[in-house]
Amino acid sequence: MTQVLREELSVAAAQTSARALDLQRRRERAFHDVIKRINVSRGDVAEVFEYMLEHALDFCEASLGILFTYSEGVYRSVAYSKISDDFRRWLSGRDIIAEPETGLGRIARSRVPLHIDDVRGEKLYQSKNPLRIATADLGGARTFLAVPMLSGEELVGAFTIYRAEVRPFSPEQIEMVEAFAGQAALALTNARLLEQLDGKTREITRSLEALRGAQSRLIQTEKLAALGQLTAGVAHEIKNPLNFINNFADLSAELADELQELLASADPGALDEANEVAKTIKVNLGKVVEHGRRADSIVKNMLLHSRDGSGERRAVDLNAVADESLQLAYHGARAENPSFNARLSTAFDPNIGSVDVYPQELARVLLNLISNALYAVRKRQCGGKDPSFEAEVKLTTQGAPEEVEIRVRDNGTGIPEDVRARMFEPFFTTKPPGEGTGLGLSLSHDIIVKQHGGRIDVDSRVGEFTEFVITLPRQHGADQRSAT
Amino acid sequence: MTVRVLVVDDECDVEMLFRQQFRRELREGRFVLDFAQSALVALAKVREADGGTIILLVSDINMPGMSGLDLLPRIKAERPDLPVLMVTAYGDATTRQAALERGAEGFLTKPIDFSALRSEVQARLAA
Repeated sequence: MTQVLREELSVAAAQTSARALDLQRRRERAFHDVIKRINVSRGDVAEVFEYMLEHALDFCEASLGILFTYSEGVYRSVAYSKISDDFRRWLSGRDIIAEPETGLGRIARSRVPLHIDDVRGEKLYQSKNPLRIATADLGGARTFLAVPMLSGEELVGAFTIYRAEVRPFSPEQIEMVEAFAGQAALALTNARLLEQLDGKTREITRSLEALRGAQSRLIQTEKLAALGQLTAGVAHEIKNPLNFINNFADLSAELADELQELLASADPGALDEANEVAKTIKVNLGKVVEHGRRADSIVKNMLLHSRDGSGERRAVDLNAVADESLQLAYHGARAENPSFNARLSTAFDPNIGSVDVYPQELARVLLNLISNALYAVRKRQCGGKDPSFEAEVKLTTQGAPEEVEIRVRDNGTGIPEDVRARMFEPFFTTKPPGEGTGLGLSLSHDIIVKQHGGRIDVDSRVGEFTEFVITLPRQHGADQRSAT
Repeated sequence: MTVRVLVVDDECDVEMLFRQQFRRELREGRFVLDFAQSALVALAKVREADGGTIILLVSDINMPGMSGLDLLPRIKAERPDLPVLMVTAYGDATTRQAALERGAEGFLTKPIDFSALRSEVQARLAA
């Protein structure tokens, strides 16, 4: 008798372990599939959740399943499996408040799975709680299992499965759903983090765009300020030749009249005089042409300075560029303050030779440095301490075998040590608000160092002088021209 | 002794211009035109022995080195009786004010209205 029993027992035992093994394998495969799905999906959690629900229903022999997310006391359904259209319509988009007596409410408080044999059997159903009614009547659910989805301490959702008949879930099945719930919580948290990251990235990109916009507007302002200075200086310069043109033309017209009178007259000396007048007219018209050319070249130079973009690097007459910048800066300063004047002295190296530069940019740098020099001497002048003070700005050029040097020296207020450390910083300025963008030296520095491969050095003593020394290589090592 | 009108301007074509504009007066010997291309030269001319023949000074304001506005008080210190007319491209009120405060008798903007200048000169000659 015992032998038969023993045999039956061992067969039963073998069957149990075989079943357990089989279960184990199925679990592992299901997990593997789900994890693969999560890895591939990146952010589309709804799909992953549906996949999880399917597997859970299959494994647990359940009839329907819903995955909820939870936030601030409210559940929202996000994934469904095998639920009726009616139930789905009821659930979709509905904020389900975690009322304490409902299943979802209870797990929100307890943070442990809830297993209800028959949802119809509870007082909640009798008291006609809408969620319970919908679950039981629309969903056709009887046995109910809800597992909270936790991310650390935080409740992020609920994994719920139901049977259409009253048949409790086994411990293994409950364990399985708990594992799925854990995975789902992870997937949800990941998706949320990714969304946050995307949001932050978009924010940063927007900030970057805004900054770039602001930067380019500031540079534009600086350019316009520089252009404004140029325009004032140029306008003054053009007035002079234009006045001569008008005056000499007018005079020539008058003289032409006199000529006619003389030619008509019978006076013997008239013919000689007529010749003299004719000569003067010719000279006048020569002057008109001369001043016309002068005005023309002023306009051409102004267009050169106002043109956007750098054009080519080419050999220029450095002394001419330097002198022109000096004149323009001076007239610009005088346009702002007609009573201001300073002594301008130049010492140009006649053998400076050829240098490859970007002419507009270099002119801009010199304009900036000389304008600063004039500002400094004016400040010292207005300081008024020494009535015999004579403002002076000196511009020199010097050639060397491999490089050339341009010096801008002023006997103005000088630069204190703490300012010296920062003066090439963008937006740093010692001028009162509205008077300077703080970009002049920064741009100049970039143009000389980055664009030309040169150097800017400063020497200064407060209350005495400042000298900027620009050093430019004659030829830049790397050719900057584009391949097209 | 012929009276002189001294014109101070750094542009050298100014001389040719003035001589043509005042060719009748010059031909009639009403006065002599003299020219200086810098404030310092003008001061030197005023200080010379025959500086007294200068009865009118016409000066540009914008010149390299000493400006016309800075020349003005120095001339007035030297010759308080010598009238000075300022001529300039910058016709703004501040400059005008500064010129008149420093003792200028008149203020003309460029382009020069020569008939206006002519009347000013006649007025000084009559005085």
